[in-house]
Amino acid sequence: MSANVQADTIITATPEPSATFTPRTRVRRALGNVWRVIFLGSTVLAVVLLGMLLWSILEPGKDWLSWRLITNMPSRIPEKAGMNSAIWGSIWLVGGSAIFSFVIGLGSAIYLEEYAAKNRWTDFIQTNISNLAGVPSIVYGLLGLVIFVDLLGMGRSILAGSLTMGLLILPVVVISSREAIRAVPSSLRQASYGLGATQWQTIRHHVLPAAMPGILTGVILSMSRAIGETAPLIVVGGASQVLFRPDGPFSPYMVMPLQIFNWTSRPQQDFEHLAAAAIIVLMIILLVMNSLAIILRQHFSKKNRW
Amino acid sequence: MAVSALPERERRTTNDTPALDLSGRRNRDLSERIVKGFLQLCAALTLLTTLGIVVILLYESASFFRVVPIWDFLTGTTWTALSSGDQQKFGVIPLVTGTLTISLVSAVISIPIGLAAAIFLSEYAGNRTRAILKPVLEILAGVPTIVYGFFALTFITPVLLKPVLDVGAFNGLSAGIAIGIMTLPMVTSLSEDAIRAVPRSLREAAFGLGATKFETSVRVVVPAAMSGIVASFILALSRAIGETMIVAVAAGGSPAGQTGVSAGLFDVTQSMQTMTGFIAYTFSSDVARGSSQFYSLFGVGLLLFAMTFAMNVFSQWVALRFREVYE
Repeated sequence: MSANVQADTIITATPEPSATFTPRTRVRRALGNVWRVIFLGSTVLAVVLLGMLLWSILEPGKDWLSWRLITNMPSRIPEKAGMNSAIWGSIWLVGGSAIFSFVIGLGSAIYLEEYAAKNRWTDFIQTNISNLAGVPSIVYGLLGLVIFVDLLGMGRSILAGSLTMGLLILPVVVISSREAIRAVPSSLRQASYGLGATQWQTIRHHVLPAAMPGILTGVILSMSRAIGETAPLIVVGGASQVLFRPDGPFSPYMVMPLQIFNWTSRPQQDFEHLAAAAIIVLMIILLVMNSLAIILRQHFSKKNRW
Repeated sequence: MAVSALPERERRTTNDTPALDLSGRRNRDLSERIVKGFLQLCAALTLLTTLGIVVILLYESASFFRVVPIWDFLTGTTWTALSSGDQQKFGVIPLVTGTLTISLVSAVISIPIGLAAAIFLSEYAGNRTRAILKPVLEILAGVPTIVYGFFALTFITPVLLKPVLDVGAFNGLSAGIAIGIMTLPMVTSLSEDAIRAVPRSLREAAFGLGATKFETSVRVVVPAAMSGIVASFILALSRAIGETMIVAVAAGGSPAGQTGVSAGLFDVTQSMQTMTGFIAYTFSSDVARGSSQFYSLFGVGLLLFAMTFAMNVFSQWVALRFREVYE
């Protein structure tokens, strides 16, 4: 604003403290403290909200938690109902989508990091992947319905569900695998080339083993996303009652979050409590998976030091 | 095989001792090319996914727009897709206002709390506090959305809202609040990343000029990180627009303003269907293939995709265009 004016004042005026400037230190400190409390309060509020969330599930769910929930099939009678078919369905579905997204996602990541030239085309693929990560999950459901269920004739099978879910988690797998591959120092590659290895030999024997913990962490985290995801499966799965374990990739299926949705939508209070108990089971599984990812990451980050 | 791979002249110089070709060049070149081709195919599949989404949404909704003119779809204020005959009207406005209102409610929760928590974590909290609080927020981020739906239906509505407001069992407000809580960790962690990326020298300069901690944080650090912060806001909004399960469980099955008790298109106290909610609701109540309802799903899907896509691109543009680079 007034660099010149200031310079003038410094030269001409006597260096006395300006009469117009009052530091108001006390007011400003007080204001600062008020805001400090507001910032702290917001953070505490976030923690309190998590507490309320957990309480709202544990309180109604704890009395309904039993082995029956894991071993029994769904039933119209809440006391007898379990989610055995849904647990198996989730295992099949998430397993299938993990295999699919691991192969395709890792392949894309290797191509983009190790082979692709840094040009517009690569930038375009990259932008496309980050945009895919932002597409609402239910839109993937519509894609899966038309392509897998109808066009490829898979019907409402595990295979169709796995492929849809696989596409949904693909961007996450690609992004985390790329980061893991990028973290491998180039000296490792140079050493391998220096011994006469080809590009693929270098990747296969040196880059991938070094990057694998990071890649697996990403895959596990995306699996825990897939296990809780419901919306696309309403579109491509849609079975409201499945009273048997899936027996293969073409079997109809039910997954845990869909079972929870189903129970939540019923008017009887007992089913609401049952849903809460089922959520506890789902959250425990998620917790185990996420801990596994963290342990994996820490274990290997200690081991690999470049 | 290895011998015949060598050129004639070289073979002669080896004086009939069997030539040893360690390079295995021919096999290697072939497998290199196969592998590269496969990897290229994988990367191409990510492009095919986008293409597939766009083509399918356009193709299927074209069948819908042949029956319902696109202008009527975009400007109509009555959405009764699940009715039959003359009762059936496809004006998407109620679904859009439902979506936007619920997203706005969520933003009112997630943006101020999320930003304040981000400022606290990066500027005020010590290392130990942060080491405890960050994982807590990460837990919030990892909770499946169906759980938030359950939370909205069985806790937010009856325990938090019923005592102070005249709300229905299904209402837009509870869904909006739940989505706000769901997107809060995202706002916090992305904003915190942006704030922490502001160089220390800026803070020290502000302190040197006599600014208090609050003044430094809010007038120097936050403006410097504004691009990342705004990008996180837009991402949270886009996530809110695309969120399905929370609204499917808690927001109800009829669009805003279409039940007797609902006061209008923006009434959050009553049932308020969103675009995603409509798609989920229709599929969970079995829709006949080939009917106008079925095709209307793709019309709504197309609009939803276009809205979130525009917001994601905008968020990336903001993050890049307004990034302040220090060095």
